[in-house]
Parts: sequence; structure tokens; C-alpha cells
Amino acid sequence: MSEQAAPRRRNRGRYEGDVPREHYLNVAYGLKSWLLTVDHKRIAILYLLSITGFFAIGGLFAAIIRMELMTPTGDLMSSEVYNRVFTLHGVVMVFFFLIPSIPAVFGNFFLPMMIGAKDLAFPRINLASWYIYTIGGIFTLAAIIAGGVDTGWTFYTPYSSTYSNSAVALTAIGVFINGFSSIFTGLNFIVSIHKMRAPGLTWMRLPLFVWAHYAASIIMILGTPVVAIAIFLIAVERLLGVGIFDPALGGDPILYQHLFWFYSHPAVYIMILPSMGVMSEVIACFSRKRIFGYAFIAASSLAIAVVGFLVWGHHMFVSGQSAYVSMVFSVLSMLVAVPSAVKVFNWLATLWRGSISFETPMLYAFGFLGLFTVGGLTGLYLGTLATDVHLHDTYFIVAHFHYIMVGGAVMGYLAAVHFWWPKMTGRMYSEFWGRLSAGLLFIGFNLTFFPQFLLGYMGMPRRYHFYPDEWQVLNVLSTAGASILGIAYLIPIIYLVYSLRYGPIAGPNPWHATGLEWTTASPPPQHNFETTPTVTEEPYDYSKAIENVAITPGAGPESPPSPAAPRS
Amino acid sequence: MNGSQLPPLLPPSASTVSGELDLLFAYITAISVFFAVGIAVALAVLAVLYRRKPGDGPPPQIHGSTALELVWTVIPLLIVMSFFVWGTDLFFRMRTPPIEPLEIFVVGKQWMWKIQHQEGPREINELHIPVGQPIKLTMTSEDVIHSFSVPAFRVKQDVLPGRYTTMWFEATKTGTFHLFCTEYCGTEHAGMGGSIIVMEPNEYQVWLGGGGAGESLTDAGERLFGQLGCATCHGDQAGARGPSLTGVYNSEVSLAGGGSVTADESYLRESILEPATNIVAGYDAIMPTYRGQISEEGVLQLVAYIRSLGDPAAAGATGAAAAGEAGQ
Repeated sequence: MSEQAAPRRRNRGRYEGDVPREHYLNVAYGLKSWLLTVDHKRIAILYLLSITGFFAIGGLFAAIIRMELMTPTGDLMSSEVYNRVFTLHGVVMVFFFLIPSIPAVFGNFFLPMMIGAKDLAFPRINLASWYIYTIGGIFTLAAIIAGGVDTGWTFYTPYSSTYSNSAVALTAIGVFINGFSSIFTGLNFIVSIHKMRAPGLTWMRLPLFVWAHYAASIIMILGTPVVAIAIFLIAVERLLGVGIFDPALGGDPILYQHLFWFYSHPAVYIMILPSMGVMSEVIACFSRKRIFGYAFIAASSLAIAVVGFLVWGHHMFVSGQSAYVSMVFSVLSMLVAVPSAVKVFNWLATLWRGSISFETPMLYAFGFLGLFTVGGLTGLYLGTLATDVHLHDTYFIVAHFHYIMVGGAVMGYLAAVHFWWPKMTGRMYSEFWGRLSAGLLFIGFNLTFFPQFLLGYMGMPRRYHFYPDEWQVLNVLSTAGASILGIAYLIPIIYLVYSLRYGPIAGPNPWHATGLEWTTASPPPQHNFETTPTVTEEPYDYSKAIENVAITPGAGPESPPSPAAPRS
Repeated sequence: MNGSQLPPLLPPSASTVSGELDLLFAYITAISVFFAVGIAVALAVLAVLYRRKPGDGPPPQIHGSTALELVWTVIPLLIVMSFFVWGTDLFFRMRTPPIEPLEIFVVGKQWMWKIQHQEGPREINELHIPVGQPIKLTMTSEDVIHSFSVPAFRVKQDVLPGRYTTMWFEATKTGTFHLFCTEYCGTEHAGMGGSIIVMEPNEYQVWLGGGGAGESLTDAGERLFGQLGCATCHGDQAGARGPSLTGVYNSEVSLAGGGSVTADESYLRESILEPATNIVAGYDAIMPTYRGQISEEGVLQLVAYIRSLGDPAAAGATGAAAAGEAGQ
């Protein structure tokens, strides 16, 4: 799709001059030029297409789950099938969409541009990461075809290692392989941020998107090997019968939970930190304000990354873990809530006395603030020991982590898609449809997941194929919400694809944003910048950002100039 | 909402801890709603107040405020610490059973709960208990991890293979309440549940007697003890090849490798299934493993029998405390 899009130069009025003659999309054509590319921007596009495919698969599984749960009896499919569906929903969404989503697409594309570099430090490792991701994905798809896997995305032992009659080993190997793509990406980001910053780009001048990716990369490098080991050991126990986790073979099933959550809790921060980075960029841009408390937002990203490694035991309060250990994990989990709160307050303060406009990315940012706040606050119930005993493994947990992962991470992802789409493709999408689907998504999301908090407090366990009759009303509401949510995901695919051919030409900086990525043409040239930029000031200096105000972004050439034009 | 048409939005509250847990939940909810609504209102007000208007110049560029950062770091910190303190206090009370609870034994397996009462009756996927009396469950699994969850009591505890975990509760209302397995355990996970039936104590006594299954847990254990020939080595005579079991329960046992261990349920279980792990000082590691030869229910019967051979701790307090920690 992308190949056709870029080179078109339809005569769309006075913006024609803004399309560069040559850019990263049209320097070469053909499948080979894509599959062998080492350009970080093209690799980002490869990732964008792949993760969109996995998101569609994961979303399809979600739709099947919600259809089944409309009625209290398990009447749509057998329990064998249902268990496979929710497992694959989790595996695909977590490992093949959420974890790579923002880093692999927008981090890959924009991190080098934001630091004024031509590419990442290791372009070939970057391409290798996409191939590894693809191979891991093929294993997982093969597992689906081979009959699926029914362990839940958490692969708890000894069920996964001994008892499950499904394609556990194939899936485990897929997830294991996929982990290396994450490690490669993290490594590339850290080295690039350290060594490839443009002249004058000191650490305290880095965009917060870069800080967030730096923090997430630390987790990718330090955490991913541990989950890779844990999942590898499952395959070893399963295939070779070595007793590691199954007590019948002399193993310890709780050991697995420690290894798994040591990564998989920090992995939540791999998902949310980059999304927080997007928030800082978008909120500053659409309120035309320097970000409030820059240093505190940057520091809180690192604090989350570090403390996030010390809270895994809060997944195990009722596992049989020592009560005193649980106490320590509880207090540490409370501490990790604070830097997230600090970020939210700083973003709110950024709006104060701003000049706020409500383009699609900003609407997603508002959605993020609301949903992430609910997700974060409901996490406190789960860090609190006594309430977690009641809520653990119920729909309250399901609702909580969807508020973080969909309300937070996916909202941030969609904000990023809309914010940087003009830069990546050179075209504007339809602002009307963008705003409409952002609104629909917010409504559909809340209708889907808020009832699940209530179900959880009433005690409905997660991963249940059927349930007592008295919970049907709330489940029907949830399914109704999911159908709205599904539509809100489909609309952007349509208008974004449409924009590739018919969208107004964006120009280098349609949002009048600060940041080095906006100083170059849209789509960017192959090497990003004509000359290496030099940075002389702090980020988010919106006091002088509006210079060549010519268009209202997305409104097309017929619209009058933006009213925000005057300079002081 | 109209309660007569829609089902209730809160689960029944039927144990000694459920009221306080609801109160803690309400406390966290009140503060969460305050912040969530506060942030939403602030967002809306700021968005309206500072929306871009024609003729606006660039807004003032504000770097931040260390004082404000301190305020919104410290206040949330204090609030979450209050959650932590209350939650931890209640959690420890939820885990420490009162003195002399009624003990019931639970074995989970794919996909059913098998329950044994001390007095003999056994049941599957149903647990009959008396109201107003603390109940302590000692639980294990024959296969994968399960979790014993009773939402009306606000309690939950994972049930592990190869180990005993314990939980306790005291019902405050008679009636029938949901029992669920809340740790995903395979195909029929959603069907691995049933009912907790809370009865008046006298009705419970009638129910115990009416089951027909006469043999108590201890008697069953004694019979198994005889069948397996345990007494051949574990007799009370001097020079026996194995340690005497009289009075061993809850005593401190010196181990061959140095150190000592309290002979609680978990240790007794381990000594039957993995006898080589912790050898009593002065004896040889000659006992064969009984893993695979005795079911988890059989092990529970043996443990109950060995317990009946005498408890050196005169008061139940030590026993209860030791058993309370057994789940770790």
C-alpha cells in the first residue's frame, strides 16, 4: 500500500511544492527494496503492517470471546475452543501487538529523527529484529493452525508444561524467538540515544518520547531474557521431561510464576512508557505549551522502569507466597503508582494557560488521560493486599489491565498514528472521521470494560467459558460496547488507507510542532536530513513555533488559514 | 437501577471479614472517584477555558514548579500508604486462623473439589459448614494449580500440587454461596465450582450424621497406616528402624543434616512422599517413597491419623499459629 501512496503527486493546490521530489518511499521500488532495506523508516513501515495484521487477528479473537459471553451458557463453542480463543487473544495482543507497537513502529521511525541521526546505530540488527519478529509470529500462527494453545497467555505451570494437550511448545518457541526482536530494538535505541545525538542535543534537550523509549529499552534488555528463559524451560520440561516446574517431577510451579512476572510485569511498562512518551509530544503540541515539569516527567519514566522491576510479586498474593514477601511487594507496588500520577498531573498542568486545539491526536490524548487514570487507580485495589485477595483472577483484573493496555497503550498508539501519519506518508487524513472514531472508541471502550469492574467485584472469575445467570446483564453491556469498539477500530483503517491516495498534502510540519522530525520534508528523505541539524534550545519551545502558518491541518486546501496564526 | 429487575451489583457479604473488606474497598473507591472525577473535571475545564481562540498569540511558556511537583508526589504517596497499611493489616488477619478452628481438608483435581470432613463425610463440589464457627481448610492439588474462591466470603487461596496451602473463614449468614476455581486449570475450568452451604450448627450436626459414611478421617488414616505396614518401622519400641510417630505432630524434629523443622502437615506429607528430603537425625534414609501409591486424600488421612497420635503442644495456640504459616 505504502509503495503506491507516496510517489503520487496529484495536483492538490498550493501545497504541491511541499512534496519532496525524492523521499524514503520512492527511492527504490519492489519487494526486494523493502525486504532488504536497512532504512529505519522502511523497517518501521514493515512493522506497522505486521502488527496491524496481528492486531486484527487478536481483535477477531476478542470479538469471539465477547460473542460467547453474551449468554451465561457456553453455547457458541466448546470449552476447548473457548480456552484456545482467549489464550490466543492474549498471546497475540501482548507479544505481537502491544510490546512491539509504539517502539517498533514510531520508535523506529522517529527516534533517529528526533535525535537528528541518519538511522539507528545498528541498521542491520534493526532489520534482523523485524525478521525475528516475523519468524516468531509464523511459529505462533503455525501453533494456531496446529490446533491452538489453551494455557492462557501466562503459560502457568504445571498446566502448560505437563497437562495441556495443545500446541504449547510451538507457541512457546514463537514467543521465545519474538523476545529477541524486542532485545534488538532496545539495544539499538539505547546505543543510538547515547552515541548518535546531534550536536547540541544534550540529555535535557531530548524529547520526552526519547526519554520514554530509553526507559522502555532498559526493560526490554534486562527483562526479556528472563521470560525467554522461563518459556524455554517450559519447552524443555514439556519436550524432554526434565523436572523444573512440575512437582510430580520434583519441580516447583511457583518458580515459574516468579520468572514469568519478573518480566511480564515490567513488560506492562514496555507497553505504557512509549505511550506516555507520545502523550508528552501530543499534549505539548496541541496546547502550544512547553511541557510542564520536563525533568520530572523524564525522571518518572526512569523511576517506573527501575521500580517496575521490583513489584512482580503482586501477581502472587494468593499463590502461596510468604505473607511477608507479599507485604514488601505491596509497598513497592504502591511506590510505582506515584511516578505515573506525577506524569498525569504534569500533563494537566501543561494544558493550563495553553492554547488548546482538538485535532484527532489530542482527542486520543484526552482519552488516554481519562482511561489511564482509571486504569492506574484501579491498580491500587490490586496492590492493596486484602482487596487483591478478593479481586485476584476476577474480571476486575481483566478490566484493570484493559484500561491500561487499551485505554493507555492503544490510545497512545492511535494518537501516535494520527500525529505522525502526515510525516510518514506526506498526506493528511480526514479530520472529521478521525475525531468521530476517537469519540466512538472512547465510548465503546468504557461500555466494554467498565461493567467488567462490577462483574469482578461480584466475583466473576476470568477465563470462564460460562457463568452464573445473574451476571448476564453486565456481560451483554460489555459485548455491546465491544461491537462499538470494533467499529471504532475499523473506521481509521478505511480513512487512513484512503488518505494515502486522496488525502491533502501535509507539508513538512502540518501541526507546527517542535522537534527535529518536523524540520524535514514529509515524507522524509532517505537520510532524514539534508544536513545534520544542530540543536540550540530546549524541546517544546512553542513560543516561536508557528512560523509558516498556511493550512488548517487536515481540512484540505479550501479551508481558511488557521486562526492560531499570529505571532507575538 | 431498579433492584427488583436487575441483579444486585454487590456480592453477598457473608463472612467475618467481608464487611471490613467492603469498607476498605469503599475507602479506596471514594479516593479513586475523587481523583478520577477531579482529573476529568480539570481536563474539561482547562480544555474549555484555554481552547484556542481567534487572535490568540503563543501562550506563556511555563517550565514547571518544584513546589507543585513535591505536592503531587507527596500527597499521592501518603494516600497509597494508607491503602497499604489498612490492606496489610486486614490481609494478615485474613490469613491467621483463630484458635481451634473446625478443620476440613480439600483436594482439587481437574475439574472438581473433593472435600473431607474430620468426622468422615466426603463431598464433591459442595462444602457444608456451620455458621458462626471458624473453618480452616488444608488444601492440595492432585494435578495443576487451582484456586479456592468464595466471593461471598471475600477469600481466595491457590491450591498447589505438591504442597499444602491453608485458608480460613467464618460464615456469618446461612445460605448457599458460589464456590469457584479461579486459577485457570484446563478445559472444564469454568465448571470447577459449586456451592458453599452454610447451615445452623445443629443442622450441620444432623447433616454430618446423616451422611452414612461412618468412618472418620482419623479412622481411615489408621486403617491405611495398617494396610501399608507403616508400624513395622515406625513402632514405638526401642531400636525401631524409623522414628516413633507418637507425639511427633507439631514437635521440633532434629534433622540428620543439622538444623530442625516443625513437623507440621506439610512436613508430614513431605516425609511420606519424599522421605529422603529431610531425614530425622539418628536414622538412615531407608524409607521408600510412597508417591504414586497413595492418593492425596490418602495422605491427608495418614496425616490426620499421625496428628491424632498426640500433640506435644498442649494448647491449640501453637498449633494454629504453625499451621497458619504452613501455606508459605
